[in-house]
Amino acid sequence: MHELGIVFHIIKTIEDVAAEQNLTRVSKVVLEVGEVSAVIPEYLQDCWQWACRRSPLMNGSVLQNEIIPAVTYCESCGKTYETVKHAKVCPHCGSEQTYLLEGNGVQIREIEAE
Amino acid sequence: MEFKTTEIKERVLADNNEAAARTRERMRQSGTLLVNLMGSPGAGKTSVLLKLIERLGTQYRIGVMEADVDSDVDARTIAATGTRVIQIHTGGLCHMDADMVSRALASFGVEDLDLIFLENIGNLVCPAEFEIGADVRMMILSVPEGDDKPLKYPLMFSVSDVMLVNKIDTAPIFDFDFDAAVVRARSLNAQIVCVPVSAKSGRGFDEVVQFLRMRLDERRQMHENN
Repeated sequence: MHELGIVFHIIKTIEDVAAEQNLTRVSKVVLEVGEVSAVIPEYLQDCWQWACRRSPLMNGSVLQNEIIPAVTYCESCGKTYETVKHAKVCPHCGSEQTYLLEGNGVQIREIEAE
Repeated sequence: MEFKTTEIKERVLADNNEAAARTRERMRQSGTLLVNLMGSPGAGKTSVLLKLIERLGTQYRIGVMEADVDSDVDARTIAATGTRVIQIHTGGLCHMDADMVSRALASFGVEDLDLIFLENIGNLVCPAEFEIGADVRMMILSVPEGDDKPLKYPLMFSVSDVMLVNKIDTAPIFDFDFDAAVVRARSLNAQIVCVPVSAKSGRGFDEVVQFLRMRLDERRQMHENN
C-alpha cells in the first residue's frame, strides 16, 4: 500500500510543473505504470480520488494508467522475453543470467491542463 | 475552457531521489553514517538495534529515528538505553520517503552523531521503493518468515546491502534453510552481505559490528580528509 505515497509524489511533481507554466486546473494525467512496478492501478485510482479532492489544482482530474509490459533481457543468448510469464529463467536457452530491461518504473507521461 | 496537453516524461520518484541525494550529501559533510533498517513487522528490528547500541554505543555517538504509523512503543524502548531517539509518525503511510527523512534529520540534528539508524516501518514491500539517502541499507529477514521471502519480495533483497537472518536459533523448528535463503538473495543481488544472527543470544553480531565499524571508519576518514 505505497500507492498513496506515489500519488502524493505525482501531485507534487504536477504542482511544480503547473507553477512553472501558469496552469490552474489539471483535467487529466496519463501515467505509465510498469507491469512489475509493485504498484496496483486500482489502489492508485482510490488514492487518486482521495488526494485530488484536497488540491484545488487537481480537483476532478482523471487518472489514466497505461501499463508498460515488463521485458527481461538474457545475457547468454541476447534475446528478450516477457518477464511475468517466465520470471528469471530465459525461455529461449534456460539461462539465469538475465536482467529486467523495463517495466518496473512509474512515470508521468503527460497531463491535460489549462 | 481549453485544455492543452503537456508532456512531462518524468519518473514519479524523481523528486524523492533528489531529496535522497541531499541527505547523502549532508551525511558526508557531517561525517555521519546513516543506516536504513528495514524488515517485516516482528522481524526483530528493535531487538537488533538494542544489540547494536549495546555493542557500538560506548565507542560511537548513536542516534535512532523510529518511524511508525502510530505509537511510540519502539522509541520508548530505545530511549530506555539512554540513546538519543526521535519518533516519526507517518500518518498512515506504509514507508518513509526521502523528504520525511530529510525533515526529521533537520530537527534531530546530525553534526554531533557518528551513526544514525532509521528504523523503517515494518514492511517488506514499500520501504524498498523509496530511496532515502542511506549509506547502508540493512534488511532483516527472520527465520519464522521462511527462506522463500527473496522470491516473493525481490525488490527488498535487490536494494539492500546487508541481509541479517534473525532468530537463527529457531531455524530447526521452522525448517529454515539459511543457504537457500542466501542463494535466493544473491541471485537478485550478488553483492549482498548475509549474516545469520540472533538478537536474543548475540550470535553473529561480531560480524555485523565489524561491518559497521569498517563503514564508520571509512566515513570518519573521508570526513577528516575534507
